[in-house]
Amino acid sequence: MRHRFIASLGLPLAAVVVAVMASPRVAGQTAGPAKPAPAKPAATKKYTVPRTPDGQPDFQGFWTNSTYVPLERPDNVQKAFYTDQEFEVAVKAAAAREAEQTEPGTVADVHYDFSQFGLDRSQSAFVKNLRTSLIVDPPNGKMPPLTAEGQKRAADRAAERRRMGATTDAVQNMPIGTRCLIMAGSGPPMMSAGYNSNYQIVQSANYVMILVEMIHDARIIPLGGGAPLPDSMRQWMGDSRGHWEGDTLVIETTNFNGKNPFRGSSDRMRVTERLTRTDANVLSYQFTIDDPATWTAPWTAEAPMTRSVGPIFEHACHEGNYGVANTLAGARLEEKKAAAAAAAKKGAN
Amino acid sequence: MGTRYGGLLAAPAMLAVCSAVLAAAGQAPAYRAPRTADGKPNLNGIWQTISEADWDVEGHSAAPGRVLALGAEDAVVPGLGVVEGGPLPYLPAAASKRKENFEKRLTADPEIKCYLPGVPRAMYLAQPFQIIQSATHVMMAFQYAGAIRTVYMTNHTDAPADSWMGWSNGRWEGETLVIDSTGFNDLSWFDRSGNFHSDALHVVERITAAGPDHLNYEATIEDPKVFSRPWKMSLTLYRRKEKGARLLEFRCVEFVEELIYGQLRKPGTKAP
Repeated sequence: MRHRFIASLGLPLAAVVVAVMASPRVAGQTAGPAKPAPAKPAATKKYTVPRTPDGQPDFQGFWTNSTYVPLERPDNVQKAFYTDQEFEVAVKAAAAREAEQTEPGTVADVHYDFSQFGLDRSQSAFVKNLRTSLIVDPPNGKMPPLTAEGQKRAADRAAERRRMGATTDAVQNMPIGTRCLIMAGSGPPMMSAGYNSNYQIVQSANYVMILVEMIHDARIIPLGGGAPLPDSMRQWMGDSRGHWEGDTLVIETTNFNGKNPFRGSSDRMRVTERLTRTDANVLSYQFTIDDPATWTAPWTAEAPMTRSVGPIFEHACHEGNYGVANTLAGARLEEKKAAAAAAAKKGAN
Repeated sequence: MGTRYGGLLAAPAMLAVCSAVLAAAGQAPAYRAPRTADGKPNLNGIWQTISEADWDVEGHSAAPGRVLALGAEDAVVPGLGVVEGGPLPYLPAAASKRKENFEKRLTADPEIKCYLPGVPRAMYLAQPFQIIQSATHVMMAFQYAGAIRTVYMTNHTDAPADSWMGWSNGRWEGETLVIDSTGFNDLSWFDRSGNFHSDALHVVERITAAGPDHLNYEATIEDPKVFSRPWKMSLTLYRRKEKGARLLEFRCVEFVEELIYGQLRKPGTKAP
């Protein structure tokens, strides 16, 4: 079925290679686009971005931001870029960690084996990015220090988490994604989901629509001004407005509701995203987080996207959320069994 | 352009004559919508029905609601109906199922649980939706539950799998966007009163701009497992024109969690 779509869309061979690459553990090869996202500006012919019928840079089509690159630089790494060989090693190690997710006796044991269904990142198209961290500023590849308010908020949230009890006590105690409310791919900023980290961009004269596969979130970005939401109105994805700066789409987002704080941010976080199509198969994506209530300085990350193969499938997460129901039911059953066992033991004494 | 009526100046006169003739025949000349940059009727915008179709697609009087405490706010709002040509043609077994759906609607209506609304119900919910139109795709983004419909305008294929919102292939017939949809599961309803379909549902919609701020919407429903013949609905979609009109988030999963999972909460703990 994949092949049918590839044939019908007339994609160049490079894209086919991107989409149907074998797992690196088998082939010893790394998945990635034929043209890797350039780590630094290359001294090659400048790419001329095609235009939509409205004359805007054309970003339309299917993209993925799937990546193994961590947000923050690992502690044992000092430099900003891996060599090609080091990149291969890092990807193999990350793929191996993914494959270990069903380690018996661990929390991850209840999860299905990602690699069995082709869901692990090594079996999908992903961006070849030699950076050792997505964060490019501060230059040490880590988030800036927290402010006093940021530290207090983190402590308060941790305390509240403990007060709420076990995740299996009630649905509201479970992770936001497990509850099918929103996932990391939506943001903003848009971060790599564990799998199916796919996007579809459709442009009209006055809007850019970024459809996030999970959980079917349509980011509808109005172009050219328009009043922001009042401060009292807050949304999970905030309020986004976009404009073109040359061939770069700049999206500013405020008015987050604070219910799904990105990396411990406050509801005063301001996200500025910049998207530029730097090549036929590469959409450069950079975001800056400005939240003086949480960090002592703004910080910036780059998380490039590569061409992916459509379509975007319907992710009816909530409609099919047996996970929550069955996990809660299982926990209640365990409690009943434990209570019955305790009562029997008591009766026997 | 030279004619015996005297060239360019005659063109408006000719149009006026044609309009008069058509008006006399009871037909206004078809509205020609402004074009997108790729030359197609421009349906971009934020649209919403002003109808009671989501309560019941058939003509219906006012009626008590489902929840006593909600009083008049939950009472069924009357409507003339959007179905053309008589009662819905249910097959006998399906008619019983429809009755059962109505009686159980408080627990069985998927809209109450924030489930994806399906088609055509998404088009006449009491919340706006936005059309974002490119040369190759017409996207419909719905405020309710963040539902999405993708209409493929090129490279038509069959539905790769069943889904709540179906698989839609679109084409232009003059001023009309024709959308042919299949690949539905059997889990959505047509309205709050329990009108329903099977996974054999096939919907053909025709959307035509009737003026700068409204669309004529028609949908032909075919479902041989439920109905004895195809039937058609028609309604008007109006442009949301207020300053700054936009979709807002109606991420309703959060509002229904306790309803759906509350009975599985640990004994002794309280709902938030």
